[in-house]
This record gives sequence, C-alpha cells and structure tokens, in this order.
Amino acid sequence: MSTTGIESWAVDLKDVGAIYPLQGLEGLFVIIGVVLWLGWHVMQMRAEKADYDDTVSRHGDDASVNEALEGD
Amino acid sequence: MEGNLNALTTVFTEFYYWATIPLMFFIHIGFCMYEVGASRRRNHMHTLMKNTMLIPLVTITFFFFGWWLYWAMPNGPWITGGLDVAAGAANTPWSETMGPNAGDRITGVFWAAFLLFSWTAASIVSGSVIERINSGAFWILAVVIGSVAWIIDAAWGWHYGGWMVQLLGYHDAYASGVIHAIAGGFALGILVVLGPRLGKFAADGTPRDINPHNPWMVCLGLFFIYAGFWGFYVACNVPIIDPPTIGGEITGDTWTATTIYLTPTTLGAITVNFLMSLSGGLLVGYLVSGGNAFWTYSGGLAGIITASAGNDLYHPIHAMIIGGFGTWCAYKLHFWVERKFRIDDAVGAVAVHGYAGFIGLVICGFVLWGHPSSPYEGYAAINPLGQFVGAIIMFFVLGFLPGWVVAKILAAVGVLRIPKQVELLGLDFANNRDEQAAAADVRATEKAAV
Repeated sequence: MSTTGIESWAVDLKDVGAIYPLQGLEGLFVIIGVVLWLGWHVMQMRAEKADYDDTVSRHGDDASVNEALEGD
Repeated sequence: MEGNLNALTTVFTEFYYWATIPLMFFIHIGFCMYEVGASRRRNHMHTLMKNTMLIPLVTITFFFFGWWLYWAMPNGPWITGGLDVAAGAANTPWSETMGPNAGDRITGVFWAAFLLFSWTAASIVSGSVIERINSGAFWILAVVIGSVAWIIDAAWGWHYGGWMVQLLGYHDAYASGVIHAIAGGFALGILVVLGPRLGKFAADGTPRDINPHNPWMVCLGLFFIYAGFWGFYVACNVPIIDPPTIGGEITGDTWTATTIYLTPTTLGAITVNFLMSLSGGLLVGYLVSGGNAFWTYSGGLAGIITASAGNDLYHPIHAMIIGGFGTWCAYKLHFWVERKFRIDDAVGAVAVHGYAGFIGLVICGFVLWGHPSSPYEGYAAINPLGQFVGAIIMFFVLGFLPGWVVAKILAAVGVLRIPKQVELLGLDFANNRDEQAAAADVRATEKAAV
C-alpha cells in the first residue's frame, strides 16, 4: 500500500504520471484551499479594523496626534 | 521523453524557466526596498508587509484560478472562438499536471514564471498607494490585478493564439503593455478613488514633496529591479523549439529561440536591446531630472519598459532612442498629471510603468509596421492602429477600469482608506509605542541592576 500509488521504482518512467499522495481528491484539496484563502481575508480585515479602532480610541485625540507629528 | 534530443530539450527548457524564477525574485526584493525607502519612518513596517503579503495571496489565487484563465481565454471568449475548455482543463488546480508528475516537467516551472509576473503587476501598484491604503483592501486589489486582470490580458495579447494577436497584430514581446501599462492603469484607477496623502497638496493645488526617508534605499531597490528584469526578459522567451513543433509557416529544421508568440528571436538580441534601452532611459532620466537619483534610476526602468514591446526585433540604436523618448514622456506626464488632477502617485509608478508602457506599444506599431506578428497563417501583421487599440485595452479596459471599479466598491463599504488619525499618527504608531515601552522597561531594569 502506498499513498502515492507508487510501491516500487521497478517501472518504466514513461508509464508514470502523478506521484503525489491521495490522487483523486484534488477537487477536495482545492475546496479546502479556497475556504482557507477566503477565511484569511475575513480574519485579516476584522483584525486590521480592530487595530485601527483601538489606535484611534487610545491615541486619536488632537493632543496625541500633534505630539506624534512633533516627534515624526 | 523519447530519444536523447527530446530529453535534452525538455530538461533544458525545465531548467531554463526555473532559473528565471530566482532571478525574478530580485524584482520583488527591489520593489520592497524601493517602497519602504519611499515611505516615511512612521509607516515602514506596514509598508513592507503590504507588499510582502501580496506574495502568498497572489500565489495561491494564481494557482486556484489565474493559470486556468490564461489557457481558457485566448479567444476572448467569443471573439475568435469559445472558451478553450480543453487547454484550460490541463491547467485547473485539480489537474494532475499541477502536482509532482513524472510525465510533465514543464507545467510547474512555466506556471511559476508566469506567477512571478503576477507578483510584479501587483507590486507595481503597491508603491503608488503607500501610507494611506488599508492593507486588507490592497490585498484584494492585488489579487484582482495579479490573478485576474493581467492574466486575462496575457491570454488575449501575450499568447500565440490570443485574439489580439490574431485580429490586431498585437505585439508586446517583453510586456510593455501586458504587465506595465495594465499595472500603471490599474494603479491610476485606484488613486483616483483613494485620493492623495494628507498634506500632499496645498489648498491651491500645488503639490508638495513628501520626501523618501531613505533615497539611497529607494535607488538600490530600483537597481535590484534592473537585476530581476533579466529573469523577466528571459522568461518571456521559449528557449528552444523547432519549426515542425511550432507547426506554422516556418520551413526547414533550424531550431530557434522564440518570443511567446513563437516568432523567432535570439537571446543575444534581447540582451543587447535590454542594455541599450536601459542606457537610453538612464541618459535621458539624468538630463530631464537635473541629475536627480530617483528619477535617473526610474528613467532606466522606463527606458526598458518603453522599448520592451519590440525589443526582440529593434536595432540597438532604436532601443536606446525609444527608451530615452519614453523616459522623457513619462517624466513630463507624471508631473503634469500630478498638478492637473491632484494625483498622488507616491513612487511614480503610473508614469514609469503605465505611460511608458502605453507609449512603447504605440511606437512599436510604427517601427515594426508590417512584420508578421505570428508564424501562423492568417494573423494580422504588426501595425500602428492595432498597437494603439491594444494599448487602450491594456491601460484603460483591463487596467484603469477594474482598478477604479473595485476601489469604488471597497470605498463604498468603508475599507479602502485608513482612518485620518491613523494616517497622521503613522501606521506603525501602536507597534512603535509598544517597542519604546518595552525598551524603556529593559533600560529601567538594567539601571536597577547597577
């Protein structure tokens, strides 16, 4: 048994195609990949908004902004 | 692989494309240095991460759908034919040839070479929008240009069967339009919606200089882009192919290198013309900017970009003059557009890539007028009108328009631009404060230990 379908290299290479594991499940891999990609965007956008909201609430008053600009 | 010659050709081609990929990595290193150098100290790390994270996002989306678009859409579809389902099928993310496959040595390296072009397209846009765009919004835009817009233009105008090549005689061997004009147009579309950085323009519209914090780093970044550009040029060629494999009108058995259109050229030709167009751009960039280092280096880049459409065929003196002329135009247009329309393109990307690329396409139509665009029968020859229409498609239709539309949508949902206070405080403000607090804490502890 082999996850790649290759159990021995006693073969003619011209007869060999794909050599990665779990062949036949490529469609499932792609669905998982796309879900992870879209999920990443959602999590990132939420985190970025939270960061900016936090910065504005803690340091967004005129005095803090002026102080930061003086030191820039 | 049957026979020694076939085996050698396949392995050489595999290695050839592979070698272009680490070379093209330098383009991205260069863009990161250039962009971070151009930003102010309060925005450094966010600027770096904004550019860096387009790498994984464009990579995975190019795997999911970008590569399929290239193979499925050369006919439009519905301009010269339907969706090319058969060619697309071999390049879907679930195709067996997209993973390790002993029967296919080329798809992976060819995919990666195209992918590095995708990064470049997105990275060109990245520099122009620094210091005020929301990173998450930029990354969505990066996917749109890197894995959708540019690869559709490649299917149309940078493919041996592309409808623009067939009907317009479109010729763009080293991507004046298919990478640079489109990316410049896309950046301009975003900039129109995004607006300038706070303080960029006086009340009467006079632009102010927002100086790069590190001009030396900016110039070194541009130098790295030159270095990576060698990989870009080489990756645009098919390294070795024989006329029977091309299957067009070329007779005999003489093997040759070709452009992406399978028209003959040589590595020698593009090497000399790359250097001559770089030189023309540097010489004019220096003169027109009064020796300004940033614009001299950018001029070198604009020179290559302007001549790239026809650098497979130009005489080296053509390449030098065309490169110089494109640089002059890009420089003048940058400042004219900045003043006239209050467009804050922080690194001049719209000019260096967009205007120079557009102009390069138009010039190519005149200089190469009548030259066959393809080895196949029935294709239009290269001509000025076809190149002009092609430039419009690249810059406006596939560049400006998608950039503007997606930016409008992002702005409408309130995620395109960072809050005003964050822009003034600096994107790195919170991180910098945490670091300063940590450093102060360590210093206090050290003093207590004395």
